[in-house]
Amino acid sequence: MATPLDPHAAIVTRAGGMPPAEPPGGAPGILTTADGVPLAVALSRSRRRARRQALLLVLPLLLFVLVTFIVPIGQMLHRSVYNPGFADNMPQVSAWFAANPRGADPDEAAFGALAADLTAAAEARTIGIVGTRMNYDVPGTRSLFTATGRKLRDGLQPPFRAALLDIDDDWGAPDLWAAMRNASTAYTSGFYLAALDRARDNDGNVIRAPQERQVYVMLFMRTFWLSALITGLTFLLGFPVAHLLATLPLRRSNLLMILVLLPFWTSLLVRTSAWIVLLQQQGVINDLLVWLGVVADGARLPMIYNQAGTIIAMTHVLLPFMILPLYSVMRTINPSYVRAARSLGATSWTAFRRIYFPQTLPGLGAGALLVFILAVGYYITPALVGGSSGQLISNMIAMHMTETLNWSMAAALASLLLAGVLILYWVYDQLVGIDKLKLG
Amino acid sequence: MIASAGSRDYVVFDHVQKSYDGRSLVVKDLNLSIGQGEFLTMLGPSGSGKTTCLMMLAGFETATHGRIMLDGRDINDVPPHKRGIGMVFQNYALFPHMTVGENLAFPLEVRGLPRADRDARVMRALDMVQMARFRDRRPAQLSGGQQQRIALARALVFDPKLVLMDEPLGALDKQLREHMQFEIKDLHRRLGVTVVYVTHDQGEALTMSDRIAVFNDGRIQQLATPSQLYEAPENSFVAGFIGENNALSGTVERLDGQTALVRLANGELIDAAPVNVGEVGQRTLVSIRPERIEFKPDLMPEGAHTVEAEVIEVIYMGDIFRARMKVAGSDDFVMKFRNTAGQVRLSPGQKIRVGWHPQDARALDPV
Repeated sequence: MATPLDPHAAIVTRAGGMPPAEPPGGAPGILTTADGVPLAVALSRSRRRARRQALLLVLPLLLFVLVTFIVPIGQMLHRSVYNPGFADNMPQVSAWFAANPRGADPDEAAFGALAADLTAAAEARTIGIVGTRMNYDVPGTRSLFTATGRKLRDGLQPPFRAALLDIDDDWGAPDLWAAMRNASTAYTSGFYLAALDRARDNDGNVIRAPQERQVYVMLFMRTFWLSALITGLTFLLGFPVAHLLATLPLRRSNLLMILVLLPFWTSLLVRTSAWIVLLQQQGVINDLLVWLGVVADGARLPMIYNQAGTIIAMTHVLLPFMILPLYSVMRTINPSYVRAARSLGATSWTAFRRIYFPQTLPGLGAGALLVFILAVGYYITPALVGGSSGQLISNMIAMHMTETLNWSMAAALASLLLAGVLILYWVYDQLVGIDKLKLG
Repeated sequence: MIASAGSRDYVVFDHVQKSYDGRSLVVKDLNLSIGQGEFLTMLGPSGSGKTTCLMMLAGFETATHGRIMLDGRDINDVPPHKRGIGMVFQNYALFPHMTVGENLAFPLEVRGLPRADRDARVMRALDMVQMARFRDRRPAQLSGGQQQRIALARALVFDPKLVLMDEPLGALDKQLREHMQFEIKDLHRRLGVTVVYVTHDQGEALTMSDRIAVFNDGRIQQLATPSQLYEAPENSFVAGFIGENNALSGTVERLDGQTALVRLANGELIDAAPVNVGEVGQRTLVSIRPERIEFKPDLMPEGAHTVEAEVIEVIYMGDIFRARMKVAGSDDFVMKFRNTAGQVRLSPGQKIRVGWHPQDARALDPV
């Protein structure tokens, strides 16, 4: 630092002229207080009280987050690999699966165990749970279990194999037995396999699920693609608005800010419904286009209940999350940077591209991350305006939560979504650096 | 109009006016010619229009009326990036996302210079300000003085003929500021560029400039060399703005050529040089520099009028003493005298007589 022309250097040299004070009485190298306690110990002691107070202040929030956030997420992760619906209620046949290797044909003992379990489950009225669990893997099996359960109330005489096959031929199906083997352990990777459109065949190999059941990978890809597209659109639309907000005189920028924040003050449902009014085939925009002669009356544009509807409505809903971080960063960029670039010979476009835009990156990164993560998990808007082609993975999770009641499947899908977001977060950290994030 | 080398009219403001709101003028009829190689300072209080003038010259503001010429060319309609004017900003405006080297290469890059040329010129510019070792640092890793040097090097790296500086030393501490004044002045001398410098610090203006334009209220109050400005202010604003100044108000009693006799409020008579007083009976403000006042009878000029003064306080300032006195009813009359061996000590309450050479007292316009 000390160039001969740097007057600071002279100051430093002068200040350094005094010999450093020796620590009184302590060992050389370790600083101690006046009564001989090492300085580091004394410092941590004096800070302990402040630390304890700080901890007490954040404790309520910490507990709240723990109870309402960390624990449920842990439970969800657990549920995605744990489903005891079969194993708990069918102990004997589960034991038989454990004792016999995969590929062993079910013998009379197996059918005996199955019959005993089915009888017990029918009496305990848990056979519905078992049937539901099996139904996840082999569609249509729930009725097999419940119907068999009804007939078992009178008891069953050996030979059990013949007796069960007598009740329903399906009891001999190898697919069913393979599925039961998979369900016989409470911990299973089956839900993750299903969430990735994979399944186990009768020999335990991972194979692609049958064509008609392949839906999740496509939905994941659609979710990530649409989220990226929506992020891009919010950037294109939001960047100029944020720039205006940051450069307009205060009075007008406040007015504009109110317009930006307006969507936050109205219910999401109202906003989405407003889009329905605008975009539907007999809606305002189509009417206008027909009136202008842009489209024929018979060929009105389908802009809602499809992907286009999802994209338009979500872009609108998520726009403020892009604008606000961008604005907060742009406000701090001194206009003299662009002026300096211009005076140094850059055209206004070069000055924007090389000087202004790079400085908005922390805000852009924050906005993009925020919008993307929100979009990936968005549920209500695609549910209302998405039709079938605009459904996202979150709609599928909701369906498993509320309709099929396959919570393990919902948990597996949600965990994969979480993993995807965390990976993106990590990639962002590697590329841009999370410390550069500016949320406002 | 074609300018030759060393022209007195390298930069010309020709009847320039500027208004932001259409109701009032920030710059009122500015006429100014700046010679090639000159160091011209625009000095004035904030809001006096000096920065606006600089911004018009740089191209960031457009003149509402009038022409601005650079090297014989009307530049009113030339965008800033085509003017080829180097500029140093108040906050340096070093691009924070670029290293020092990239900052300096930027003007060369946008001009399309080949890489090898660029590197050579960047190194030359960095050497010029003794900052070559900092080429790969980011601006945030530099001290204020170092950033200032980089900003200077960046404004000079593309060899502009004209460099504008907008209060470039405002953010530095006093010691560093004085040091940088010297460095900027030295660079100016070595490179022979024309510098237009804006500041509100009169000390800075006096030490650095070839000429100073004192701005107030959108007008140039006086355009002169530092010594003329300090010793021969043409009006009360300039006298009051530059340096410390004693102002005594009175009426012109007699005018004869080079001298005027002024009667002060308490009836005492003093000698002064008439500057902008026209006739007997006119009110005037007589301006006298504190260091030109004498109180020892043997040092006073022959035949000069003296006035009575009562010492109020004497402040010891090391190299000088600063005595505040009551003169002609006002009690902020200041006299400075050197702390020489055997200097007479004054004490509060003491009554003395003070006088000065008539040409050091300038009868100016009443405020």
